[in-house]
Amino acid sequence: MHEALPLPSLRFIVLLPLLGVVFHVFCGARLGRGAVNAIGPGVVLAAFLLAVSAFFQLPEGGVLVDRIFPWITAGELHVDVALRVDALSAVMILVITGVGFLIHVYSVGYMAEDADVARYFAYLNLFTAAMLVLVMAENLLLLFVGWEGVGLCSYLLIGFWYTDDEKASAGKKAFIVNRIGDAGFLLGLFVLFWSLAEHGVWTLSFTDIEANASALSVGTLTAVCVLLFIGATGKSAQIPLYVWLPDAMAGPTPVSALIHAATMVTAGIYLIARLHFLYALSPAALSLVACVGAGTALLAATIALVQTDIKKVLAYSTVSQLGYMFLGLGVGAYGAAVFHLMTHAFFKALLFLGAGSVIHGMSDEQDIGKMGGLRTTMPTTYWTFAVGCLAIAGLPLLSGFFSKDLILEEAYAAPHGSAILWLLGTLGAGLTALYMFRLLFVTFWGETRADREVAAHIHESPSVMTAPLIALAVLSVIGGYFPVPHFLQAVFDQHHAAHVSFVVRYTPTLVGLAGLWLAYVLYVREPGRVERLSQQFAGLHTLLLNRYYIDEIYQAVFVRPTLVASQWLWQVWDTRVIDRAVNGTARTAAASGSALRLWQTGNVQNYVLSFLAGAMLILGYYLW
Amino acid sequence: MVSVLVFLPLLGAVSILFVPKEQEARIRYAALATALLAFVVSLGVLAGFDSRTADFQFVERYAWIADFGIQYYVGVDGISLFLVLLTSFLTPLVLLASWAEVQSRVKEYQFFFLVLETGILGAFVAIDLFLFYVFWELMLIPMYFLIGIWGGPRRIYAALKFLLYTMLGSLLMLVAILYLAHLHHSQQQVVTFDLLRLYQLVIPLDTQRWLFAAFALSFAIKVPLFPFHTWLPDAHVEAPTGGSVILAGVLLKMGTYGFVRFALPLFPAAAREAAPLIMALAAVGIIYGALVAMVQPDLKKLVAYSSVSHLGFVILGLFAFNVQGTEGAIYQMLGHGLSTGALFLLVGVIYEQRHTRLISEYGGLWQQMPVYASVFLFVMLASIGLPGLSGFVGEFLILLGTFEASPVVGVIAVSGVVLGAVYMLWMFQRVMFGPLTNTANTGLRDLDRRQVLIFAPLLVLMLFMGLYPRPFLTRMEKSVEATLARLDRASAQTVAADKRQPEVGRAQWR
Repeated sequence: MHEALPLPSLRFIVLLPLLGVVFHVFCGARLGRGAVNAIGPGVVLAAFLLAVSAFFQLPEGGVLVDRIFPWITAGELHVDVALRVDALSAVMILVITGVGFLIHVYSVGYMAEDADVARYFAYLNLFTAAMLVLVMAENLLLLFVGWEGVGLCSYLLIGFWYTDDEKASAGKKAFIVNRIGDAGFLLGLFVLFWSLAEHGVWTLSFTDIEANASALSVGTLTAVCVLLFIGATGKSAQIPLYVWLPDAMAGPTPVSALIHAATMVTAGIYLIARLHFLYALSPAALSLVACVGAGTALLAATIALVQTDIKKVLAYSTVSQLGYMFLGLGVGAYGAAVFHLMTHAFFKALLFLGAGSVIHGMSDEQDIGKMGGLRTTMPTTYWTFAVGCLAIAGLPLLSGFFSKDLILEEAYAAPHGSAILWLLGTLGAGLTALYMFRLLFVTFWGETRADREVAAHIHESPSVMTAPLIALAVLSVIGGYFPVPHFLQAVFDQHHAAHVSFVVRYTPTLVGLAGLWLAYVLYVREPGRVERLSQQFAGLHTLLLNRYYIDEIYQAVFVRPTLVASQWLWQVWDTRVIDRAVNGTARTAAASGSALRLWQTGNVQNYVLSFLAGAMLILGYYLW
Repeated sequence: MVSVLVFLPLLGAVSILFVPKEQEARIRYAALATALLAFVVSLGVLAGFDSRTADFQFVERYAWIADFGIQYYVGVDGISLFLVLLTSFLTPLVLLASWAEVQSRVKEYQFFFLVLETGILGAFVAIDLFLFYVFWELMLIPMYFLIGIWGGPRRIYAALKFLLYTMLGSLLMLVAILYLAHLHHSQQQVVTFDLLRLYQLVIPLDTQRWLFAAFALSFAIKVPLFPFHTWLPDAHVEAPTGGSVILAGVLLKMGTYGFVRFALPLFPAAAREAAPLIMALAAVGIIYGALVAMVQPDLKKLVAYSSVSHLGFVILGLFAFNVQGTEGAIYQMLGHGLSTGALFLLVGVIYEQRHTRLISEYGGLWQQMPVYASVFLFVMLASIGLPGLSGFVGEFLILLGTFEASPVVGVIAVSGVVLGAVYMLWMFQRVMFGPLTNTANTGLRDLDRRQVLIFAPLLVLMLFMGLYPRPFLTRMEKSVEATLARLDRASAQTVAADKRQPEVGRAQWR
């Protein structure tokens, strides 16, 4: 068992952002923008410092614990509000508060024109707190609190500009799709709880689950793991529940960076890594995770190839990269998956913030068809964005290279790995480089295609926005050298020993370079060729452009029929069948009672009176 | 103390009668003061409550109609304690909320409301079945008038439907109650309506079936359990805001309370037998209520149908027959009382100003009334069971308990949770989000100080109940465990007795 060291200051990591929320709600309007701009990022910075201090107090192979109060007790069920930090949680809280702080700072610049900045930072701080609860929870139920909490903040922030009905709809869609996943999560939790209860364990705490996991049958474990994975596909946007994430781009761009790239969408990865000891016992569940991950990685990458909205490309790229992480988890390479989670948080946050900088500089334009030539007008954004592209494409020595290659090596060589999974992942790596450099070249190279009015106003963003870009670019370069997989061995307890051949190791890198080169050929050297290709493969092009019509299919199969059925239930069944039966009974009674018209005074008191009198008579009859 | 609590509102109501009806302000303040005083008394009950025992506390017992064995016998235990508090907590808020809405016949309105409170409190604390019945009927009359006088255009139809529907149920219950007393007489040679002694009866299974059916029908109508729910949307739509709040917040719980206090422990074997049917109806109701709520064009109807869905959860929890399910059910009664009560109050706020409840008439209200919209958001989140707010604890415990009793029903109920988010969020979007297009809405005023005062305690309590449910759960625990133990023991006895002497048993009861 791990050594557990009590550390009561853990709660302040969560409480600080919550204090921020309280401040923004009750004082934000009164004290004005300056105070909000200071407090919003300030509390996250303070939480980051506490997280760093917790990190250094973490004993090797041990855990820090802060029991706050007993939460729900019913019968033998006993769940605490308690926080727990081990190596895995430590990585997560550093990413959440570190990257989170940079994004909060950037938001000060990005939202400078928005009147509602107090509401914005209230949501953003609330999100930070909920995400921290998610990764620091000592038990599965408290994790669920954070899980739903981040979903709520995502809903609120996607629909932040609520006067636009489309944005509000996108928020609602995100919440509902996530709730479908959450239903799976809850059911998994129930199965787990009752099967542990049979062994006298009633707490849902991770320590107890781990200690008793081997007592459960494989069938039970598989059911639990698959159900929880359904929850993960919701939050982490995997097949079949990924459809909400591209729409989520309706939110302010820093939100996309923080919630829909760096942190919240990795909750599903965290959940499985947290419960790796359950998944390790269920090979069937693991292969499902790996297959869904690989499938999503490829599917989303193909869609990203043709999207024209800069944020949509990045959204599908996120879906795809999350697929890589699930692939890593599914082959049992938990450390590699979490490593990629971290590097991805760096470079994807960087890319989103870069996109935000572009959108900001181009008067809210998001169509890359109207960009071009930003290399010279927005140099800092360009260079940092380029670093992000190189990192995500897995170019040697940048962060993505280390983490993605680690996943692919494990996909090939780990006990649950296979050559097919590796091949799918390698193919995806090529596609990643292709769509990312397409984005880079089309956006920043060539001549500008903007309207004259917009073009005249293109400007580099203020330093409050570019400073976070630079910081994240540095992290994207050096993040690969953080010894995260080694550090995580304390949790995952596995030897990082995938010995693979030279070919397996370097093919993904070569394929990535090939993707880069192809992008260069298609979008820089011979720009006409893309046009010809898309005409040649018009069917495929339309299919990809319409995202395989998945949204339309869901609409037709699930949404429409539910609405039609509901209307029918109400208009026909409720009104005509049930209610008519009730009124019919009443009418029959009234008709047959017409003989007793004398009694029908229409006066309710009289009815009640005679009612009670009758009751007394009956009672009297029984007694005498 | 319990008697003081029960009759204080009635006393207030009677004294209001002596105030000339022109002095509306004085009447309002008197009623509010009475309700607040009752709330303070109920806090005293809470403070003096001993969570270590399952027995009734603050018991008062006097012979009432001695010849029939009818007693005035009241007390609270862990099951009724918080329902009493919910009632005394909501009543002053509702009186405050109808300050502006009710302008006609103010005196009568306040009078009926206080009488209603006495009826509800009495029904929750009665330990004598006959006394319970008297209070049960006493609740109906003021509610009938509240809908019939201060209601909307179809108020007479709705009020009659409400009354006849509930009366039909209670008639059967009355017969069953009388039969129970008779049964006790033939077994023990004593006529009594004392619930605790009736609990001891060993009733043959086929008799239990009939008696359970009579009680269950009465309570099912009140809850309302699908398919006995059609009175509810009509009653809510026509009722004034205050009536809706009390109706949804407290009166519906009278049905679920009836199950856990009377129908289950009195007829445990029959209840167990009927459990699959009732759970099925509850599960259907959860989905059905949610789906029908989704397509309602009228805000109040939407909330009314959502109650059908939410109360289905409560029934599920009760019929799971385990601690988690039962405590969850009681918790959900409280949580639903707060959130749905608050939702009706919120609908009332815009109805007062625009005189329409059609969702299509609104849109973009967040811009116009940000405080109102934020409060609405908070309440909605509590209602859809967001963790950290009151709705989650009950819902979670119910689902957990249900899942043990029947995984299939558990799965259906969990999908009801998804649908719950759908209808609420969709409604919220159509009312609050989007551009403010309807010019009629540009004159809407945000919450004023009085309204903030009404909502603040509700929100605080929702948050508290979500974060720290222990004070509630520990006070319920002993009584819930005792009830479940009684259920187990008694149903075992019934089965044993039926096996021993089926012939005698039957002959005797005919």
